[in-house]
Amino acid sequence: MANQGIGASVKRKEDLRFITGRGRYTDDISVPGQLHAHVVRSPYAHAAITAIDTSEAKNAPGVVAVFTGADMAADNVGSLPCGWLIHSKDGSPMVEPPYPPLVADRAKHVGDNVALVIAETRQQAAQAGQLVAENIEYDELPAIVSTAGAAADGAPQVHSEAANNTCYDWELGDKAATDAAFASAHHVTTLDVVQNRLVPNAIEPRACLAEYDPATGDYTLHLTSQNPHVIRLLMSAFVLGIPEHKLRIVAPDVGGGFGSKIFPYAEEAMLLWAAGKLGRAIKWTAERSESFMTDRHGRDHVTRVELALAKDGAFVGLRVATIANLGAYLSAFGSSIPTYLYGTLLAGCYTTPAVYVEVRAVFTNTAPVDAYRGAGRPEAAFLLERVVDVAAREMGIDPVEIRRKNFIPEDAFPYQTPVALEYDSGNYHATLDLALEKSDYAGFETRRDAARQRGKLRGIGVSTYVEACGIAPSSVAGALGARAGLYESAQVRVHPTGSVTVYTGSHSHGQGHETTFAQLVHESLGVPVDQVEVVHGDTSKVAFGMGTYGSRSLAVGGVALHNALQKVIAKGKKIAAHMLEASDADIEFAENSFAVTGTDRSMAFADIAFAAYVPHNFPHDQLEPGLDETAFYDPKNFTFPAGCHVVEVEIDPDTGAVEVVNVTVSDDVGRVINPMIVDGQIHGGLAQGIGQALFEDCQYDPESGQLLTGSYMNYTMPRAADLPFYNVGNHVTLCRHNALGVKGVGEVGSIGVPPAVINAIVDALAHLGVTHIDMPATPERVWRAIRDAQAAKA
Amino acid sequence: MQNFAFHRPKSLSEAVSALKQADEGKLLSGGQSLIPVMKLNLAAPSDLVCISSLDELRGIRTEAGRLIIGAATTHGEVDASAEVKTAIPALADLAAGIGDPQVRNRGTLGGSIAHNDPAADYPAAVVALDGEIATDRRTIKAEAFFSGMFETALDDDEIIVAVSFAVPDRAAYAKFPNPASRFAVVGVMVAQHKSGTRVAVVGAGANVFRATDMEKALDGSFDPSALDGVAVSADELTTDLQASAQYRAHLVTVMAKRAVAACG
Repeated sequence: MANQGIGASVKRKEDLRFITGRGRYTDDISVPGQLHAHVVRSPYAHAAITAIDTSEAKNAPGVVAVFTGADMAADNVGSLPCGWLIHSKDGSPMVEPPYPPLVADRAKHVGDNVALVIAETRQQAAQAGQLVAENIEYDELPAIVSTAGAAADGAPQVHSEAANNTCYDWELGDKAATDAAFASAHHVTTLDVVQNRLVPNAIEPRACLAEYDPATGDYTLHLTSQNPHVIRLLMSAFVLGIPEHKLRIVAPDVGGGFGSKIFPYAEEAMLLWAAGKLGRAIKWTAERSESFMTDRHGRDHVTRVELALAKDGAFVGLRVATIANLGAYLSAFGSSIPTYLYGTLLAGCYTTPAVYVEVRAVFTNTAPVDAYRGAGRPEAAFLLERVVDVAAREMGIDPVEIRRKNFIPEDAFPYQTPVALEYDSGNYHATLDLALEKSDYAGFETRRDAARQRGKLRGIGVSTYVEACGIAPSSVAGALGARAGLYESAQVRVHPTGSVTVYTGSHSHGQGHETTFAQLVHESLGVPVDQVEVVHGDTSKVAFGMGTYGSRSLAVGGVALHNALQKVIAKGKKIAAHMLEASDADIEFAENSFAVTGTDRSMAFADIAFAAYVPHNFPHDQLEPGLDETAFYDPKNFTFPAGCHVVEVEIDPDTGAVEVVNVTVSDDVGRVINPMIVDGQIHGGLAQGIGQALFEDCQYDPESGQLLTGSYMNYTMPRAADLPFYNVGNHVTLCRHNALGVKGVGEVGSIGVPPAVINAIVDALAHLGVTHIDMPATPERVWRAIRDAQAAKA
Repeated sequence: MQNFAFHRPKSLSEAVSALKQADEGKLLSGGQSLIPVMKLNLAAPSDLVCISSLDELRGIRTEAGRLIIGAATTHGEVDASAEVKTAIPALADLAAGIGDPQVRNRGTLGGSIAHNDPAADYPAAVVALDGEIATDRRTIKAEAFFSGMFETALDDDEIIVAVSFAVPDRAAYAKFPNPASRFAVVGVMVAQHKSGTRVAVVGAGANVFRATDMEKALDGSFDPSALDGVAVSADELTTDLQASAQYRAHLVTVMAKRAVAACG
């Protein structure tokens, strides 16, 4: 048998069903007698609802019910909750306005949920929805969509309880020490950066199918979620009050999430509630335009960053002031992304001794903003890696050398940053060296000259990032305001014939857990991966779980699995000791076999499994039958992947069009279980990171608040033809605090590459006088930067 | 999308009468523009009259120095046609750059020009190649045909049968695509005819137009450098999410030069 354990590029077990069209997604699931829902959405960014007449729609063909916010309020349906409490500088808690699943009197963004139509067919629901929409009277109100302008006096107010649209005004770091560092600095570099708002664009739109069985009182909700148990907990405890044991949540195959499917959504609450009221199953699947309007968006910051440097280029202080757009409502993790997943990363890979960050989070009349691939860390990495490059140019220091000079040295780990985190491991020089070598950084000027001959401006850019993932440590998260501790569970059920079912609280929506987790089983037990089934996503099967986001599946869920496997081995040893008439201490397990040390007596793993379930004369007081073990794992710390991304671009100076011609990355994601899957995760992250840097830009009309980029006609997703072949390498330093030494890989691409792209563009244009360009670096932006720089020179 | 009656006439005359009888009838060819707006409820025709398989609307042939292409010919068929590649390779190139393979396999020449999206590619070719639009009742010259944004000279119940293009001495199309939709932010067709050079621009304004200053310059010297300093005014051009009028004006000159260079 070929190696299937740690380090083997085992082909993904799940791909056969995916690539042959046999995946089973929520919209593929139907039950007899199901109804269909259509959500009537606000056409206005901000409007008072003065009247809704649903009578015409209720009489339309096939219509079973039409519900409004008043109906849900009458049933005391709760607000969609926020899971992370942030405190402002002055100690006051963040402002938490209600987030009703259906609004009763005021719509706060385009697409806000105003009414729910239930009909026998999807078409009938949509047509009746049109009748509802035509019979709603709105009083349109001034809207605010601007991140930078939301807190200004006189700006339209989204929530009456949030003065100046401010949710919180948070800080982290030592302000006095940072100010002192700036006061004595040799040089200060200041940069204003915009983090463009992104739409997640999972290929599978959100969907749900809610069922209620009046005979038993059981509810079942199939949905597109990264996080089924947490959805159950929140729906049960906070929104609907359905007893948790009467609510089953199933997230079957899910076609991508990128963060957007972590959170409980209004449609899910509405359908569960309506299914209970009507005693019938109801299905809803988003149209793509609804995805654009109502999926949680990502990023959307404006920031001023200042870096203070000593004469020799050493970083002595960093000051960051950010305004973060939360959208119209607080989403489940919306408050934590621009604070503890952002400010805590502002030391980067560097020994900067004093860091101070302040973040004002604002409400606007836009879709709620929450985690999107990287979630806070891309925002941190972008401004740091940009300001470092700008500082290097201003001081005449090579951008690679200034990074080397300020890196946290390898022998300084564990390293306590000035912004709360303690990095456990890393080797930033090694990942940098590898990337420079693989990208032929030294030979770049030859390529620049060759490009110039072809009329193209070629530039090279480097970023050296660090991120925090494996989100869990319950004590750390709790201390920082998380309202739930985070951990992960795994259950390993060995069947009598020796095959294995793993139940994991992690959720796979593209990541390949069915393969990677099976490889962990093979590594520990020697069971072939095709004898391992990985079950996830169903609260009736898996005891509990915290789901998948923040690159936590392997670093938390995988380690939980590893621990459960060790329990299986320990139990197996006891059984073997009994069967082989030896003491527990004399049993060794290796190569799929339990043996008595120093003898030729042994039993295969499958035989021990069989014995476990058909026992004869197990000593009742010492050994229980069965081979089924569970572990809950709460890590000690985050994990800290890091690396170096090198990008080369060529710019057409006549049009400003940017072509990414080389991408070389060297990432330290800890121990690699399946190199092919890890490469795939890096490739996907890079595509999304390049998408943010060059193409993607969610825009609302500044006056009307209408979503201007509501379809693929004007929201640009990166396509295969826009991207080069990637040159991917890795340098491993092991995580020091988990048994597998793993860190996490899901987000490194989208974190590391955007600043490298922009650094490359600025490098290509620096000789013209260009010093910065905002994302996305569209052709017109680049053309204008060239023109403006030339005009300024002239 | 609302309900509608669907007709598949067997002849052009049947199609015309189906359209005349319909309350609010629409012709359906490839459906690449009409179906999306129906899905968004921006159009709700009572009747759809499908003409994509009518024999009268198909076929590609060369006649008396003109290339004639049936209105129901798909972009993919134009791109793949040996007849087109021989007569006017620039037209095959233009078709090859429309949308994506799915669009090209469904969308048709007649559908595109009848819709007259200001960012569509074909109007540039029809104007630059001195096109004539043959309908079920008359022939319309290109510049009279494209009357405004999403507007043409067609009567409500008039059906395009074929488009005839003058075969030029040389021609090329250069396009700066919208990165999201692949429509033209700016597209310029340059065609040199015995009668003179034509430069037709799409994407930049509300309707296809000829850049007459550029035509004069190129009649003087058919070389990219002839366009140095020759620009269209930004005043009448479009500003949208993708590009400002000023940038579009700049791109018109850049694309025109590239088209001239591509003419060889």
